[in-house]
Amino acid sequence: MKAMAGGYARATDVQHALDLLAGADGMGRVLAGGQSLIAAMNMRLSTGDMLVDISRIADLRGVTVEENRLRIGALTRHAEIETDPLIAEHAPLLTQAAGHIAHAAIRNRGTIGGALAHADPAAEFPACVLALGGMIHVQGPDGTRDIPAEDFFVDVFETALEDGVILTAITLPLAEASEKHLLRETARRSGDYALAGLCLVKRAAGHRLSAFSVGPRPLLALAAMERLDAGDIVGAVSALRAEIDPTGDTQASAAYRRHLAGVLLTRAMAEITGEPA
Amino acid sequence: MTEAFRDRIDIALTVNGEAVEARVPASRHMIDFLRLDLGLTGAHSGCEHGVCGACTIHVDGQAVRGCLMLAAQADGAEVWTLEGLTESGVIRDLQDAFVARNALQCGYCTPGMLASAMDLLEQGGIPDRATIREHLSGNYCRCTGYEAIIDAVEGVAKARAGKETA
Ligand SMILES: Cc1cc2nc3c(=O)[nH]c(=O)nc-3n(C[C@H](O)[C@H](O)[C@H](O)COP(=O)(O)OP(=O)(O)OC[C@H]3O[C@@H](n4cnc5c(N)ncnc54)[C@H](O)[C@@H]3O)c2cc1C
Ligand code: FES
Ligand code: FES
Repeated sequence: MKAMAGGYARATDVQHALDLLAGADGMGRVLAGGQSLIAAMNMRLSTGDMLVDISRIADLRGVTVEENRLRIGALTRHAEIETDPLIAEHAPLLTQAAGHIAHAAIRNRGTIGGALAHADPAAEFPACVLALGGMIHVQGPDGTRDIPAEDFFVDVFETALEDGVILTAITLPLAEASEKHLLRETARRSGDYALAGLCLVKRAAGHRLSAFSVGPRPLLALAAMERLDAGDIVGAVSALRAEIDPTGDTQASAAYRRHLAGVLLTRAMAEITGEPA
Repeated sequence: MTEAFRDRIDIALTVNGEAVEARVPASRHMIDFLRLDLGLTGAHSGCEHGVCGACTIHVDGQAVRGCLMLAAQADGAEVWTLEGLTESGVIRDLQDAFVARNALQCGYCTPGMLASAMDLLEQGGIPDRATIREHLSGNYCRCTGYEAIIDAVEGVAKARAGKETA
C-alpha cells in the first residue's frame, strides 16, 4: 500500500513548527525520525496528515548537562544515545536501552522524542524515563510546560501531549556515583519489541522499577519497589506480577508475560546484589 | 500559514554522486522515488514498514530504511544506492565474497544486505560472528539461511584487516 499524506512542510524552528500545526485544521502531524509514523502511513493506518517535518530543527538535538540535570533534545537519535559519553555517564539505562531498539538502520533515524510521543507500550525509552523520574518538556501555542514522566503516559499510544504541541526535550537527574541501572527484556529475535521488559534503578534513596510491554502503558511498579526497599525480593516478584496488566497476543499469552516479568526481576536483582537468583 | 504545506515538494540532492532535482509528491518514500522516478532499481521494496531491510540505502553516510524516509526529506542529502556503490568499487570485495560463498540465491535481500554489511565493515576491525549477526538482524533473507552471508562478511573483514596490517 502507499501512503496518503495531506501535505508536507519543513519547519525551520520551533515557532515555525507551532505555527504550521496551528494552521493545519487539526490534521497537523509532527514528523521526526519517521520510523513509526512513515511505517503507519505506508500501511494507511494514518492518512491525510499535514506533515510538519521538525527533523532539521538544530535546537531540538543534542545532549548537555544543565543545572545539574541531563538534558536530551527531542531529536536526539537512538544511535546517538547509544554512543553518547554524557548519557553513558549520567543515565546508562538509556545506553542499555538503545541497543535493544530495532536495528542499526532504524536507530540511525529514530528519535527519543518520537519514541516518547509515540508511546508504544512495548517501547524501551518511555519505561526508562519513568524509572529515572524524568521530566518531559513541551512547547505549544500557550508556551512551555514541564510534565513529569509519571503523568505523561496515559494509554496505548496516548500521552499528555495535546494537539499542536511539540515535545522539545527531556531532562533527567544525574546518576549518583553508587547508582545502578539495569534494563532487562525478553524478545523473540534481536530488535523485536520485547515480550516483557524491566528497568531497574538502585539509588541511595531506594529502588525504582518500571515495566514495559506488560500493560497499556509503561508502569512504575510502586508495590514491588516498596518490597525491594524492604529487602524482600520474593515479595517484590509477587507484587510486580500482581501490579502489571499484560494482554495476550500472537507473540505471547498474558500468563507468559506475567511469568517473564517476575523472572526478569529475579535475575536483575541477582545481578545487582551479586547473589545467585 | 496553511500555504506553507505542499502536496508536491521541490528537492535538490545528490544520488550516487550526481546532482538531481525533482518535484515529489508528499507521500512518496525514497524507494519509490529511486525506483520509479530515477529508474534506480537496486534498492528493493519489500514490506514497506521497516521490517525486512530490503530497502536499505545510504543517506549522508549512514545506512537507513529507504521505505521509512520520504523523498521530501532528502533535500540536500547525499544518497548512495547499490548502483553507485557498485560503480565506485567500494564494495567490490564484499560482492565477490557473496558470489564466492553463495551468499545469495534469489537476490531479493542482497542490495540491503550489502548496504548494511558495508556499514559494519566501515567501522573497521574484525567483528565476531555474533556482532555480524546482530548488525544484520534487521535484514531478512528467505533463501540462504544466513550462514553463508555471515561467512562472506567475516571473510571480507579478515581480508581487509590483513591488508591493513600487511
Ligand atoms: C521494524 C521496527 C522495529 C522497531 N522496534 C522498536 C523497539 O524494539 N523498541 C522501540 O522502542 N521502538 C521500536 N521501533 C520504533 C522506533 O523506535 C521509532 O523511532 C520511534 O517509535 C518513533 O520515533 P521517530 O523519531 O521515528 O518518530 P516518528 O515516526 O516521526 O513519529 C512518531 C509519532 O510521534 C509524534 N512525534 C514525534 N516526535 C514528536 C515531537 N518531538 N513532539 C510531538 N510529537 C512527536 C509523531 O507525530 C508521530 O505521531 C521500531 C520501528 C521499526 C520500524
Ligand atoms: S521495504 Fe523497507 S524495511 Fe522492508
Ligand atoms: S537471497 Fe533470496 S531473500 Fe536472500
